[in-house]
Amino acid sequence: MATPPGSLTPHRFVEPDPTDEVMEIQMGPSHPASHGTIKFNLRLDGETIIDVDVEIGYLHRGFEKMCEQGTWNHVFPYADRLNYASPILNNVGFALAVEKLAGVTVPERCQYIRVIGGEISRLTDHLTCLGMAANELGAISAGFYMLEAREFLYDLVEAMTGARLTVTYCRLGGVMKDLPADMAPQTTFALTQIRRILADCDRLLSRNRIFVDRMVDVGILSRDEAISYGLTGPLLRATGVPYDVRKAEPYLVYDRFDFTVPTGTKGDNYDRFMVRMAEMEQSMRIIEQALAQIPEGPIAITDPRYFLPPKKEVYGSIEGLMNHFKLVIEGQKIPAGETYLATEGGNGELGFYIVSDGSGRPYRVRVRPPCFYGMSALGPMLRGRMVADIITTFGQINMIGGECDH
Amino acid sequence: MTADALLERLATLVPEATVFPRDATRGDAVIVVERAAARAVLESLRDHPELRFEQLSDLTVVDYLGRTPRFEVVYQLYSITLNHRVRVKVPVPADVAVVPTATSLWKSANWAEREAWDMFGIRFDGHPDLRRILMYPEFQGHPLRKDYPVAQRQPLVPERDPIAQPWYPRRNGAD
Repeated sequence: MATPPGSLTPHRFVEPDPTDEVMEIQMGPSHPASHGTIKFNLRLDGETIIDVDVEIGYLHRGFEKMCEQGTWNHVFPYADRLNYASPILNNVGFALAVEKLAGVTVPERCQYIRVIGGEISRLTDHLTCLGMAANELGAISAGFYMLEAREFLYDLVEAMTGARLTVTYCRLGGVMKDLPADMAPQTTFALTQIRRILADCDRLLSRNRIFVDRMVDVGILSRDEAISYGLTGPLLRATGVPYDVRKAEPYLVYDRFDFTVPTGTKGDNYDRFMVRMAEMEQSMRIIEQALAQIPEGPIAITDPRYFLPPKKEVYGSIEGLMNHFKLVIEGQKIPAGETYLATEGGNGELGFYIVSDGSGRPYRVRVRPPCFYGMSALGPMLRGRMVADIITTFGQINMIGGECDH
Repeated sequence: MTADALLERLATLVPEATVFPRDATRGDAVIVVERAAARAVLESLRDHPELRFEQLSDLTVVDYLGRTPRFEVVYQLYSITLNHRVRVKVPVPADVAVVPTATSLWKSANWAEREAWDMFGIRFDGHPDLRRILMYPEFQGHPLRKDYPVAQRQPLVPERDPIAQPWYPRRNGAD
């Protein structure tokens, strides 16, 4: 287009307004502002989202197919990698489902250990989610503070399991090893540090004008829609529904602890943020109570059909060696049947539906990933909003690729 | 409601359903429904004031290769208000692998049924947007079927311009 004579405006500023046509944009699958490999196929009117098609599957590894290839114990490392922000919760969820199918109850000390490990994992999960969410909105310091808090927890996880992320801590019928002797003082130290950091982050974010403006009234989903879309966990509680599997169907020893289920009112991103902040305090309370109550005792069952014998017997007696060999090569023969067990994962209801045909291998393992259903609700959350709202809404769904894409 | 009480009520409220043996499910409440009655049963499970299963927690398929009917579509239902669970199983034969969709009852069925189609090749009659979700459109076969070899290779596909040939529907804001 020609510039009018005498005009000081460069011609690119006087082009006709192009917004009367719908613009199609592909955002992702590797976008610097979204953590997670995912593609948004956007139809835009200017900056307003007319429609969004969410494309997942970039991290599909065939989890369910892999599970059918090995023995039951081979699934635990895969379960770690479903939600790598909270690996112990996945381990515990799968272990409980298999134990329900086998009709096994683990000793009390083991149940407490699983609760402690699980709640530590819930803290790391929420810290990852909120730290990244703050980071993506430009609050880099708050983001790094939360990562610092997460490091204290990873130190605890390392002391418990020997690894930071890929823990493979649970076994069918127990856990891999006992808590370290100085677990209580280490935990007290870590929780003190985390409470200090979270108080800082609360002051930095919760009433910060920029943060509040980007979060309040963004990504709203009504209560009924949230239920219909299968949302659970913090996403559902942000709409005011106090559904928490730990309260609704208590498993392990969760009925012995005093904790509350924080809820929101509007179901927007700010509510999701505040629910997660409040949940972290509840998780820390559970850890403290569990450490105070934990009894002495064994950390695993001794049933030779399901649990490996102690190494002393394996190397010292023929029966122990045979038992070990049979369990490792043939796997635990879980009686035929099927069951579904829901636990409260970091993002909501983490369910395992498992079918056994009586051989040593799983016939079918189905995981119900909480964020898969969260992602399916992203379309209605975003329609009519601006492109920038994708970042905050997607961040609060806390999509974990390994879990969502199986 | 406990699983026992729930199954007792279901026997009168949903006579079309048969109760799955309880010892094989370790206490879970499980009912089996014929495909023709599935849609009506699911609707009454959702809407009956004593049941109120307002959430479809999960939908999946199990492939019992060698058994007739070969597939089973499994619905995990949960009632948040009444705090009880039920599992509904619908047997599906391999030659006509079609089930009526549940998308009009629960919105979570949309993606779950797409995944079931992608992984097992079960068609959901009346689904608004039944296309693959985890795999790419050119993928051949359905990987979670028991007769899909675990080391199967897929052919290379030519690069596709995602704007010129999108594989998602161009909609204007509807679900």
